[in-house]
Amino acid sequence: MIQEFADWLIFNIIGLNSDSHLGSALNFFIYDTIKIIFLLFLISVIMGIVNAYLPIDRLRNFLMTRKLYGFQYLLASVFGAITPFCSCSSIPLFIGFVKGGIPLGVTFSFLITSPLVNEVAVAMFLGTFGLRITLIYLFSGILLGVAGGWILGKFRLDKYLTPWVRAIQVHSESETEEWKTERVTFFHRLPVILKDAWSIVKGVLIYIIIGISIGAAMHGYVPESFFEEHLSADKWYSVPIAVILAVPMYANAAGIVPVIQVFVAKGVPLGTAMAFMMSVVGLSIPEATMLKKVMTWRLIFIFFATITLFIILLGYIFNLVL
Amino acid sequence: MEIKVLGTGCASCKALFETVNQAVRECNIEAVVIKEEDMMNIMSYNVMTLPAIVIDEKVVSKGKKLSLSEVKELILK
Repeated sequence: MIQEFADWLIFNIIGLNSDSHLGSALNFFIYDTIKIIFLLFLISVIMGIVNAYLPIDRLRNFLMTRKLYGFQYLLASVFGAITPFCSCSSIPLFIGFVKGGIPLGVTFSFLITSPLVNEVAVAMFLGTFGLRITLIYLFSGILLGVAGGWILGKFRLDKYLTPWVRAIQVHSESETEEWKTERVTFFHRLPVILKDAWSIVKGVLIYIIIGISIGAAMHGYVPESFFEEHLSADKWYSVPIAVILAVPMYANAAGIVPVIQVFVAKGVPLGTAMAFMMSVVGLSIPEATMLKKVMTWRLIFIFFATITLFIILLGYIFNLVL
Repeated sequence: MEIKVLGTGCASCKALFETVNQAVRECNIEAVVIKEEDMMNIMSYNVMTLPAIVIDEKVVSKGKKLSLSEVKELILK
């Protein structure tokens, strides 16, 4: 249906030839944009419903009060995936977890997965790569959180938090505020959920358009040999180079997925491309400066180095398996 | 009345601060609107999601970029 609309708009209304370069590029652009907006809205609504019934305070209380025998890493990571990510909330969430006496490693699990897996990333992946790759991405984002959090937890890094966070941690309260159950019926909540979902779409719309435009432009203008020379599968160093180059960079999932789609189309192995993306979205200089408020440089370095290594490892595994 | 907007400077925090200012003007009430950006102060309100609104030291909204009418409702309550 969307394809027909795009065809009709570009070829009939604007009157471009379907064989022309510009015509097919524009057609692709319209089709992709509409499809992704639609998916994003849908996923945001689903996540909105989940969050209406499982707000973050409740998730934290769950992690604080139950004995989970190792499953807390997985849970924290899954919680990171389902809570909407906003970079401005990652520090308060971090402190909130520490304050609740949740171990640092478990907190890291949440912190690692949260930017990687969210409604925008899932919608972009579904729209550009289809269900199978989306599921693989989802699974590896959560796995990265679990493994990273677990290893970082083993390092006993608490002493490298900034002093004021240490103080909060020592005085962590195990008593939890009673979660107020608001008895609001689903039908009363739905308008708010729909509105919130729409505002998520509106908020990232510009990045989606920029991302798809860059993707479309690269499609036409970057020669295939460029990527093949530098990032093809038979070069063992291509994964670490792609990942390390991406660490300081930041773009949200909306902007980066269309770009890596071009990488893949031009012959870059999927594992390398996905590792590149995880590194762009998950680790960045802006994030490091934000974390500086709660962590010493030493801890930030250990955190970044560990996650970088894991992403490189994931890249190699994907290149072998996919 | 004292209204604090808690936020670390992200886009939605800035937008909410503007909305609150506008709501105060349009409702014609006496209120001081403060933007609280210091993380240590923010954390003393026990919020985990930003932006948040604090009216007379009580947290009335967190993690939501409220609309103008929603903010007015909070102020007039």
